[in-house]
This record gives sequence, structure tokens and C-alpha cells, in this order.
Amino acid sequence: MTSDIQSGAAEASIPSVTARVHKFALGAPAASAFFLGDTLAVVGTEEAVTLIRGLDQTERIEVAFGAILCAASDGKRLLTGGDDGKVTAIDASGTATTIATDAKRRWIDNVALHPDGAVAWSAGKTAFVRMPKGEEKSFDVPSTVGGLAFAPKGLRLAIAHYNGVTLWFPNMAAKPDVLEWAGSHLGVMFSADNRFLITAMHEPALHGWRLSDGQHMRMTGYPGRVRSMAWTVGGKGLATSGADAVIIWPFATKDGPMGKQPAMLAPLQARVTAVACDANAEVLACGYSNGVVLMVRIGDGAEILVRGEGSPVAAVAWAADGETLAYACEDGEVGVLPL
Amino acid sequence: MSSPASEKVPVTVLTGYLGAGKTTLLNRILSENHGKKYAVIVNEFGEIGIDNDLIIGADEEVFEMNNGCICCTVRGDLVRILGGLMKRRGKFDAIIVETTGLADPAPVAQTFFVDEDVQNNARLDAVVTVADAKWLSDRLKDAPEAKNQIAFADVIILNKTDLVTPAELAEVEARIRGINPYAHLHRTQRCQVALADVLDRGAFDLDRILEIEPEFLEGSDDHDHDHDHEHCHDPHCGHDHHHGDHHGHGLKHYHDEHMQSLALSSDKPLDPKKFMPWLQQLVATEGQKILRSKGILAFSGDDDRYVFQGVHMMLEGDHQRPWREDEPRLSRVVFIGRDLPEQAIRDGFDKCIAA
Repeated sequence: MTSDIQSGAAEASIPSVTARVHKFALGAPAASAFFLGDTLAVVGTEEAVTLIRGLDQTERIEVAFGAILCAASDGKRLLTGGDDGKVTAIDASGTATTIATDAKRRWIDNVALHPDGAVAWSAGKTAFVRMPKGEEKSFDVPSTVGGLAFAPKGLRLAIAHYNGVTLWFPNMAAKPDVLEWAGSHLGVMFSADNRFLITAMHEPALHGWRLSDGQHMRMTGYPGRVRSMAWTVGGKGLATSGADAVIIWPFATKDGPMGKQPAMLAPLQARVTAVACDANAEVLACGYSNGVVLMVRIGDGAEILVRGEGSPVAAVAWAADGETLAYACEDGEVGVLPL
Repeated sequence: MSSPASEKVPVTVLTGYLGAGKTTLLNRILSENHGKKYAVIVNEFGEIGIDNDLIIGADEEVFEMNNGCICCTVRGDLVRILGGLMKRRGKFDAIIVETTGLADPAPVAQTFFVDEDVQNNARLDAVVTVADAKWLSDRLKDAPEAKNQIAFADVIILNKTDLVTPAELAEVEARIRGINPYAHLHRTQRCQVALADVLDRGAFDLDRILEIEPEFLEGSDDHDHDHDHEHCHDPHCGHDHHHGDHHGHGLKHYHDEHMQSLALSSDKPLDPKKFMPWLQQLVATEGQKILRSKGILAFSGDDDRYVFQGVHMMLEGDHQRPWREDEPRLSRVVFIGRDLPEQAIRDGFDKCIAA
């Protein structure tokens, strides 16, 4: 992952919109953030989700007795899983529904949502799917589930685990496909066009498969584990955290990133911790371990400062219409920037 | 991103063969009024008779890392569980990881060397092994896991001493010392040991590597001194002989056929340009056999003590503090392992002495 690193973004020397950011203090650490329509949902590390509507209204919703271990959203609903064995769905109105409670009160390690309304979660080695009509199915993989993602088409669930990913069709009796690659696979995501499947590994690396033929794609060179991945507008690139710059792997061609160098944007003297992409424009937002949040134009790397140094950034999120950007930090600071 | 060592949550690894008394000790730790709250990662729910939402079941998933290091295995479930527990950081003071009776402690320890998140938030405090005074001698013969657990330990709780005669106790202690003369050994009934002797030991803390002496030479307070200390003392142990006054106790000599410790020392300074490559090469080639390693080193032209410790192929080291005026600049290195190529190690070490 060698590339020419431009001079670091000195805070004073780049345009700043920090004065336009509306700040909120949760009073407890934040872990992730999602827009449900124009409502921002900030997931805490423990107990509650805070909904922020407009620029002044906040609502705290209790979802777990202990830690909130995972969260996912389809832009309409937010799904959380807790160490109390509960899977909870929340909508923008603030209605919380318990989807499931693990019979043995095991930790819910992963959750995923399907656009059709199906939801998935995992506890230990078992992945569960609840269909829109309420029917529930489960599937056991050989080791603890590291990540879950629904394919964009059909009802197909990718279950990441040690030494690969299992692709399970919950509605079909057929034997699931297994994509093998040695090592522990944690995060997992499909490309929007259903051509590629990407995992974030326990090692500081990504692994990818071209689903048409199982062609492997190794994406290595990170100094730290990749925790945050987001597709740039049109699925042309995969923006990732884990390095001292945003690493964007090219996915526009049928070979994906094979044999190509990734783009490196917005280098700082700090680790990128979170990335999110505007779904409408060639712009991304990224947060760093030193608290800085930047908006970055993908074409030329131009940067705008959204937040200066402070508590490490846990999450960044764009509203689907691209009109609002938000960030959430480990100390509970949340910023909302109308664009 | 990385917390200072003092803010990292200490993690105690509790091992021991089946039925030795791990659960008894855990129940004591959880029920005694010590003002501390522990999160406990257990391999089987239900054995612990205490209701606590910080008791978490584990699966003992041992994962190989893709880093070309063949014995580099980690506990994947531990990475996940510690990550989840860190979300509730303010709710407990320390973490205890119980392993199954058949588990190898190495993947647990290696997790703390390999995983960045674990390293940033938690620190390995000590490996505590509970052993059954009545049955350990037998298990050392037929169960390699039991031998591993003794060899790996920083603290050994020799439990159920009321079920054996003084002679049998002496025998089992001698066998333990034949494998691991460096661990702190406590004789107990029903695991009645001061918890301060088990928890917060700092055994993996480089700043607290003070001395590397066989533990029985320290005259630890909880030992009965009215009977003979019997322990391994043979050329393979390689102890220095400057504690010769301890040798008059009618020692019983045991040497385990496969698992042993090897101590090296030099009062001449070592050449860091020779020693470090030698040590790295040694653990790279013989790391599968070396369970634990530790050293305090005096390098030529360096007024600081250099300390290191390792688990199999993994090493970490640092300058610790300046040598004191009144302190002999003695380099000491200890390896505990199985079938160690003793002569080759001794020869290699000797070549590291600065010219």
C-alpha cells in the first residue's frame, strides 16, 4: 500500500465548517450512528440508542440491560443486539420492538437487515433469520459467527466465520455455498451490484471474492484492523478505515481491485476509525483516532474540516439524501452538520 | 488509542486439570468481600453457583494467525468477548479467564501479544494453575496438558494437600519443581489462598520482572518451613550456585524427561548486536518447544537493565531502569520448555558475551 502521501491536512490550512456543526453530548460513549430517514440514531456502547430529530430534539430509548454489542440499519429501521441476549428493532418514531430473546441469554454478536423486512442475528455459532411474516430459521456454522450481511438480491445471508464465509439461502433446502480463505473473518459486506463479497479479517487485511467465479482478492497493507467500510457513490470504490489515510480500493471494473493500487486520501498523523460515503456525490466523510472529522472529495482529495482534535471518532454517517452529515465520538459527543 | 498500562484491565488466566479445584477458587474470588468486581469468562455455565451478569460462556476457539508463524494461535472467542466486555469497562475491575482442564494456556497468552485491541485495553496479569496434590503426579505421567499447565504457570496452587501424606506432598512438589522452579507455589486445602497471591501479580509486566530466581530460594511466607524442601536440582536446571546455603536440606532430585527449565547467566556484559538476533533466531526455530522465556540483561555500553519475556515465538522487551550502583550487573535468561536443545542454547548464549 505504498503511495505518495500528500502533506497532512493541517487544521488551519484547510476550509473549515466546524462552526456550523450542531453538537450534542450523550453523556455516555457512542459506538455507531445511522440515519433513519432524517432522524439520526446514535447507538451507545451500553443500554440506549439516542434519536436526534432536527437540530434540537433528542429522545433516549433503552434497548439493552448491558452492552449493545452490534447494530445495523437499512435506512428505515435500526437493529441492535445486546449482551442480554435481546435483538431489538427501532424505527424513526422511536418505537422499539423486541425481535428475539436468546433462550440461553447468549450474547447477540451480529445483526443484519434485509430490505424486504427479514432480519438476521447470531449468537455463538448459530445464525438466525426471521422472515417478514415471522417464520424463524437457523443455521450453524463451524465456528463463532464473525459477521452477517444480506445479499442485495434474493434472500441470501452471508455468514462470516473462521476460515471463510458461508452463503445460506434460508428459503431453500440446497446446501449452502462456502467461500474458503484461511483466517478469522469478522465484518462482511456485499457490493450493491451483488458481484463482490468482502470481509474484514482479524488480521489487518480485507479479503474479497468475485461471486461469479470465486476469484480471490487479497487487500493487505493496513497497519490496523479494518473496522469501517463503505461503498463510494455508484459502488465504484470501497473506502476503508485502518490506516493513517482513507484507503479506497477500486471496484469499477469486473476484476475489482486485483493488480491495482488503492487510492489514499486525507492522510493524517492518526488512524482512520470510521468512514461513510455520500450516496449522491463523490464525497466521503472520515473520522480519526485523534478526533478529527473530515469531508473529502474523492476525485481530488480536497478536504473540509468538520471537527478538530478531540475524543476518538466512533462513527460517521450521511443521511440518504446527502443533506446531513453526522459524527459520534467515544466520549459521547455527537455532531450534526446540515449541508 | 492505547491506554497506559495502569488503566488496562488486568486479566488472570486460571488453568488446571479436571477436578483440581478451579471452580472452588472461582467461587471464592466471586463471593469473598474484597471490594472488587470481576468479569469471568468460563468454559461451562452452571458450575459457578453465583448469579452475575458478568459471567460469560466461552467456546475456546483456537485460531491460527495468517502470519507465517506456525505456533501462533490465538483464542478467537477471547478477542470477541474482551471486545464486548470493554463496552462495559466501568462495571468491573478485572477479568478472569477460566480454561478447560484440557486447554493449552499458550493461545490465551498469545492473544495478548497479537491482538491490537486486546493489547490496547487489557493486560495479561498471570497464569494461575490449580493442581490436585493427590493426582497431579499421575497426570504429569499421562496427560501432556497437565504438564503444559504446570510449565506455563506463574502461580501454582497445589490444592487438596489434606488428602496426601507429607511424603506424597513432597513428592508432587518435587515433580512440579522439576518442570517449573520459577512459579510461586502455594499449598492449599479447598483453595484457601490469599487472593492477593493469585490476583494482580503483574507476572507479564516488564516493569515487574525483578529477579529470576527459582521460587523456592525466596522462602515464600506461606510455606511450612518445618519439613524438608524437596525440589529439582540437577545440572539441567542450571541454577547458579551462589545460593549454596539452601542445598543442605536433603533434596530430592527430579528431572522431568521432556519438560524442563534452563537458566543461563553471565556476569560479563552481553553484546546486544549478537544477543538480540540470537534470541530472535532461537524463538523462531525452537519456539514451538519454548513455552515461556524471561530475561534480565546487562548489555555492554548500556547502563539500563534490559528485560524481555516471551511465549513460544512471541517476544517483547524493553529497557527497564538503570542498574543500581550496589547491584551486580548479572545477565540472566530462563527458558521453560519441552525437549530444549540445552547445549546448543548454552553455546549460543556464550557467544553473545561481548568481546
